[in-house]
Amino acid sequence: MLARPGFPSFDYVRADTPAQVVRLLEEHGEAARLLMGGTDLLVRMRDGVIRPRLVVDVKHLPGMDDVVCAAQGDLTAGAAVTMNQLAAHPDVRARYPGLAEAARSVASYQLRNRATLGGNLCNGSPAADTGPAVLVLEGRMILYGNHAPSPVREVPAGEFFLGPGRTALQAGELMVGVRFPPPPAGSVGRYLKLGRNRAGDLAVVGVAVLGFPDDTAPSGYRFRIGLASVSPTVIRAWEAEEVLAEGPPGEATFVRAAEQAMEAARPIDDVRASAAYRAAMVRNLTLRGLRQVWERLCEI
Amino acid sequence: MSRHTISVTVNGSAEYVDVPSNMTLLQMLREKLALTGTKNGCEAGECGACTVLLDGEPVNACMVLAVEVDGREVTTVEGLAHDGQLDVVQQAFVEEGGVQCGFCTPGMLISAHSLLDRNPHPTEEEIRQALVGNLCRCTGYTRIVRAVQKAARGRV
Ligand SMILES: Cc1cc2nc3c(=O)[nH]c(=O)nc-3n(C[C@H](O)[C@H](O)[C@H](O)COP(=O)(O)OP(=O)(O)OC[C@H]3O[C@@H](n4cnc5c(N)ncnc54)[C@H](O)[C@@H]3O)c2cc1C
Ligand code: FES
Ligand code: FES
Repeated sequence: MLARPGFPSFDYVRADTPAQVVRLLEEHGEAARLLMGGTDLLVRMRDGVIRPRLVVDVKHLPGMDDVVCAAQGDLTAGAAVTMNQLAAHPDVRARYPGLAEAARSVASYQLRNRATLGGNLCNGSPAADTGPAVLVLEGRMILYGNHAPSPVREVPAGEFFLGPGRTALQAGELMVGVRFPPPPAGSVGRYLKLGRNRAGDLAVVGVAVLGFPDDTAPSGYRFRIGLASVSPTVIRAWEAEEVLAEGPPGEATFVRAAEQAMEAARPIDDVRASAAYRAAMVRNLTLRGLRQVWERLCEI
Repeated sequence: MSRHTISVTVNGSAEYVDVPSNMTLLQMLREKLALTGTKNGCEAGECGACTVLLDGEPVNACMVLAVEVDGREVTTVEGLAHDGQLDVVQQAFVEEGGVQCGFCTPGMLISAHSLLDRNPHPTEEEIRQALVGNLCRCTGYTRIVRAVQKAARGRV
């Protein structure tokens, strides 16, 4: 006996080149879906939310699971890099610790062996844990499609998330990676996540904080704040960031910024938490994140 | 619907299996290879009863398509014991009473085994973290944690 009805029928193709994927997407349109770890896709197929006729496995495309550091200090993570690979990668841990922490916060160890960075972002969930980290690191989504002159275009993370389940991916496009610019000099990053239990669950609230010294800010520091699970998409808390740039850094400013982050949130009631609880938790987690990042900034 | 003949090594033996594209690794193990040690709890990646090793790393077999394991290596709970001897993690579960109804046990054993491979001396917190994806409705986890601690001591 199966616990669930099982999958409707579909064809499976393992793609070898991105051009082949684009051809299949153009040929089959909405009836084709891309598969990486399948931890979002297979759940939705099993629940009958989507019924693709063709499943195209894209995780074995060349370079899809590589992490590459470029000479100019960029780091590019292939879209099929798994959460466990991201969380364990020495360069990601050293230079983008908030991203490593976000990846490690996803679900369980065995699920993180399958769940990928690209799948997390392309799924477009407001609860995607890597979303806020990618936003504050100002990552750029590398999208492959049938465009001229180059088949590849880059979309800044800030322009990628459009609504629940909606992203800037166009019909016939796939994500091949995410390019992270060098982290700001002297930066400290963290990702704080509140789930219903201590681990293994989607975020009730997730907060990414990145802080770094910056002479052009009146306070001498800038902070970037990204939020998960409190709006139709993952978002930056811009007004809170302005409060922090004005300064001076310290408890009073952090409290005001945390209040601003709460204002930026547009949470809903759902099975995981009420909107009012979420809003209060945005404030608390933002404040905690700012204190922790500031403490580290003072040590450096 | 497409069908695929895949070659996969399961618990050390080479298998050639004909699978439809919508069959999961969990279904293939249980229904095609009669390896019913691996359990079907939720079919949604939540409970961990279906945990197996894929190329040495634990995954939820209910979230993997059988066709995806072509050319790869799978270890199930049936592959842990050797020559009629329980593996040290299995033995420790028996001795510490880490098993009640037993439904979560195969997945627990695979996850615990994998933890000790990558971290031979885990702290209690590390054990609990590693088993976050394995739900148990009976034991309250305390005896399971103790069993993993005992296995860690036994492996040295
Ligand atoms: C039990 C459980 C717990 C979970 N817990 C968490 C959690 O704590 N935090 C969290 O953020 N998420 C969680 N998730 C959701 C999920 O695991 C993650 O979002 C994961 O990162 C998705 O990656 P994937 O590789 O499995 O994506 P897939 O399911 O393979 O794909 C996701 C979506 O992106 C599309 N897609 C895939 N590849 C591409 C591509 N290259 N280009 C364009 N589109 C593409 C797919 O068609 C699909 O719509 C959980 C899921 C489960 C089942
Ligand atoms: S049956 Fe696979 S996780 Fe529950
Ligand atoms: S022993 Fe019954 S579920 Fe764990």
